Amino acid sequence: MSTVDLGLPSLPGGLKGVPAATEPQNRKEYVSDQEVRWCPGCGDYAVLAAFQGFLPELGIKRENVAMVSGIGCSSRFPYYLSTYGMHSIHGRAPAIATGLAVSRPDLSVWVVTGDGDALSIGGNHLIHTLRRNVNLKILLFNNRIYGLTKGQYSPTSETGKVTKSTPMGSVDNPFNPVSLALGAEATFVARTVDSDRKHLTSVLRAAAEHRGTSFVEIYQNCPIFNDNAFDAFKDPETRDDAIIPLVHGEPIRFGTDGHLGVVRDGFASLAVREVADLPGGEADLVIHDAHTEDPAYAFALSRLTDAGVLHQAPIGIFRSVERPAYDDLVRQQITTSQEAQGTGDLQALVTGADTWTVN
Amino acid sequence: MPTRRPDDPSFDLEMKRTVTIEVKQLDRVVIRFAGDSGDGMQLTGDRFTAETASFGNDLSTLPNFPAEIRAPAGTLPGVSSFQLHFADHDILTPGDAPDVLIAMNPAALKANLKDVPRGATVIVDTADFTARNLKRIGYDENPLETGELDAYHLIPLNLTGMTVESVKEFGLTRKDASRAKNMYALGLVSWLFQRPVESTITFLQTKFASKPDIRDANIAAFRAGYNFGETAEEFSVRYEVKPAHMATGTYRNISGNLALAYGLVAGAQRAGLPLVLGAYPITPASDVLHELSKLKRFNVTTIQAEDEIAGVGAALGASFGGALGVTTSSGPGISLKSETIGLGVMLELPLVVCDIQRAGPSTGMPTKTEQADLLQVMFGRNGEAPLPVLAAQSPADCFAIAIEAARIAVTYRTPVIVLSDGYLANGSEPWKVPVVEDLPTIEPNFTLEPNATDAKGAPTYLPYLRDPETLARAWAIPGTPNLDHRIGGLEKEDKTGNISYDPANHDLMIRTRQAKVDGIARSIPPIEVDDPDGTANVLVLGWGSTYGPIGAGVRRVRQVGGKIAQAHLRHLNPFPSNLGDVLKSYDKVLVPEMNLGQLAMLLRAKYLVDVVSYAQVRGMPLGAAELAEVIGNLVEETAGIDDDARHLGAAAAAVKHGEALNQELHQSEGAR
Ligand SMILES: Cc1ncc(C[n+]2csc(CCOP(=O)(O)OP(=O)(O)O)c2C)c(N)n1
Ligand code: SF4
Ligand SMILES: [Mg+2]
Repeated sequence: MSTVDLGLPSLPGGLKGVPAATEPQNRKEYVSDQEVRWCPGCGDYAVLAAFQGFLPELGIKRENVAMVSGIGCSSRFPYYLSTYGMHSIHGRAPAIATGLAVSRPDLSVWVVTGDGDALSIGGNHLIHTLRRNVNLKILLFNNRIYGLTKGQYSPTSETGKVTKSTPMGSVDNPFNPVSLALGAEATFVARTVDSDRKHLTSVLRAAAEHRGTSFVEIYQNCPIFNDNAFDAFKDPETRDDAIIPLVHGEPIRFGTDGHLGVVRDGFASLAVREVADLPGGEADLVIHDAHTEDPAYAFALSRLTDAGVLHQAPIGIFRSVERPAYDDLVRQQITTSQEAQGTGDLQALVTGADTWTVN
Repeated sequence: MPTRRPDDPSFDLEMKRTVTIEVKQLDRVVIRFAGDSGDGMQLTGDRFTAETASFGNDLSTLPNFPAEIRAPAGTLPGVSSFQLHFADHDILTPGDAPDVLIAMNPAALKANLKDVPRGATVIVDTADFTARNLKRIGYDENPLETGELDAYHLIPLNLTGMTVESVKEFGLTRKDASRAKNMYALGLVSWLFQRPVESTITFLQTKFASKPDIRDANIAAFRAGYNFGETAEEFSVRYEVKPAHMATGTYRNISGNLALAYGLVAGAQRAGLPLVLGAYPITPASDVLHELSKLKRFNVTTIQAEDEIAGVGAALGASFGGALGVTTSSGPGISLKSETIGLGVMLELPLVVCDIQRAGPSTGMPTKTEQADLLQVMFGRNGEAPLPVLAAQSPADCFAIAIEAARIAVTYRTPVIVLSDGYLANGSEPWKVPVVEDLPTIEPNFTLEPNATDAKGAPTYLPYLRDPETLARAWAIPGTPNLDHRIGGLEKEDKTGNISYDPANHDLMIRTRQAKVDGIARSIPPIEVDDPDGTANVLVLGWGSTYGPIGAGVRRVRQVGGKIAQAHLRHLNPFPSNLGDVLKSYDKVLVPEMNLGQLAMLLRAKYLVDVVSYAQVRGMPLGAAELAEVIGNLVEETAGIDDDARHLGAAAAAVKHGEALNQELHQSEGAR
């Protein structure tokens, strides 16, 4: 089979085509009348509050926001927002949202999913959505556990995790969601933390503005079944050394008094070093460039995440590159064929070319 | 007798022949092309069908091919065939047995001969009849020489050799040259049955436009085959099958999958909705995806998804956004879609799910036909998840059934299953082209304004407020101001759609969803019974693609004086409201199916009528003669005639021109 030049459209921002709000909006408008039913202290509350606070900022019509979720504690999210929403079935939200996004360019479509929902049962849909680069925003609430089914280990739980289903410790190797997304060549990949509202909001804003699939991993605490999984990033004692901050255009330097930094290390790989030990000091540090075309760079960054119990991980936007969005291309083909052949004459279609007449 | 057709402008013949050619009139012919999968038999059959359709015969086709794309050449599993029944009258099936077999190699002869009745014409390409090839498929001796084919009208010809000879001026390799042998054979049978040939020449010109050598060779081979018939002494007779008497109008030939694709587009257009297809390739459903992919100008979006679950998910997501979501698949894919279809039942959104059934279970026999998914689509979901089920009864009916599915899906906000099968999908028949303006219109009736007031008296939107007549819920799509709402797979509170675990509410919602589907019966026509003088005691009831074979069987029984009533279901859930009364008004009800009695089970359960099931699951359509025999026997059994005194079944099965509606049509002389 041959390939054709698709005549790619220009690359508009993630919200292009969505009607703008005519009046300023406030947080309360986005709060639904449904009683929130997460456990007290659940990290989902913080994300919800941040999201409700952030939506008015987008400046789009409320009725043009559509939330699609799968199944899990986090997937209850849409019920608590006064936008259009669908709480679908386990793992399938990216597929459902793809159909919605393709047919409705005037909507801002968000997917809410969990580590089990997105990476276990729905892994296939996730990677294909990322590969296609459908214009939708995926928020993956990673609590490294199955919350709703009461505490089995998940595809992001560290090896050796003792849960109800793994009394002797889990034996499988976990996924690093960011690495996985980058392996699928996702165009926007970020990680943030439930409790850091400011950072979370800045990542959400960038995700919304990106044209194509935005993939955001949110470290989310489940105080019931996996408490303190992200404590290293929250405890004032440890967080400075735990969070590797990714700021576009800045050297990647962190730790108390900035004593740590990220440097190139061998073939396509990065490492954390004491800045004081570097021959060139800060000049040797990697300047973060989220627009690097080759996903290998962002992938190398993602490998700085601990695979086991988390002590250190990059937080921020790993990758933000431009690539045509699937839904734009699909719609473009419809427009192109209509321009070339008109909007379709049903009578001519059903009649076809080979007819005969009986008198 | 001067019989040469003067109207073949593309044939400029030298008149070498010395004997005149006689033309025999036939009322019907069943012809089967058989060869290796690589021999182009499907294309040959398609072209002969197109010629026959444009001539104005009624016709019905049965392609039959292996699942392997190229099974080893020359082997029995690699044989592919295409059968066409054409007639000067209305016919219903591709025919039980061929009158003419064209076998392009020894394997094709061996694999097909068992279906060919004695006395039939067998044209064989002798080129591959070497000792080695014969041995490979289990012939110790050359059957063309042993006399074992004496009972047939055998015409052995070196078609390959003559093809190569006819295209030598194009300088192709022998291998490439011999590939045109299917066109040579087509030319020959086109001559034999006086088919108009212009369309095939035009077809070859377009198909091979970019490869002039191949184009010219194919056209040359086609003409040479035609000319060979004209000049060869082997052929002293040509046959004529007059155009059929059909209702006035414009006709075209159409296959089931194409009709289904067009019907889906028509349904969406009549509803004023964009069509979004989410599908994953699977035999025999892929052609619907292919056809719809060509129709983007009709505001058709096709998504080739990563799997069947994503296909139906994308369709449902599009429906949520206000499109007509459609997914097409076959049995194994439908299994994967079950959970999402259940979500559609719960969300109460339109969704059209087409199941082009194939032989199962599991991967089964992908290219063979079957009707064994009925219970899967009726019940294959968790919980009480009723949904409407429709079944097309002929290739062309796939068009109408798709529009009906769109009507029900949109009007009642529900997933709808459309059942077709491999036989309908690939088979074709003449179709009176519908006038688009006369097709039904479908009203989506989107909710645009609040439809209730809340406790404080403020206007509000209740997504599960229902139309009292249809029980369809209010449908507001994203983008509609002030009607934002959340729906999902969790049980909903009546009217508000909020999550509810209330026991009484759950019971109410279960019963309401069931009542909604049951109530669709009020919008569908009562089942019509064909019982010519109203005196039959036995009713044959079918569904889906058995319509043709059952009708043909019934005609045979009537021709030998049997009284039999026939009815066919296109709506399988809900059933037409008069079905129970109809069933109870006959002493016996016979239900033939290509499964182990799935409709029979539903009818027994619902109506407590002890229907007689006739079940055959061979991957092939039921035969007309076989059904005639079963029907005839049951008619006599019902009349209390003893086993050994029965004759109706045997007589009906033996009827030669079983599919003619009346005897006058048979005055013309038969083929032999
Ligand atoms: C088909 C199917 N299988 C299993 C389940 C049960 N189930 C519901 S949520 C869930 C895991 C959720 O884990 P995650 O996605 O991490 O979400 P969390 O609850 O942790 O937010 C499972 C296994 C289901 N609802 N559907
Ligand atoms: S189980 Fe964990 S994730 Fe689920 S609601 Fe409770 S705290 Fe939150
Ligand atoms: Mg989880």
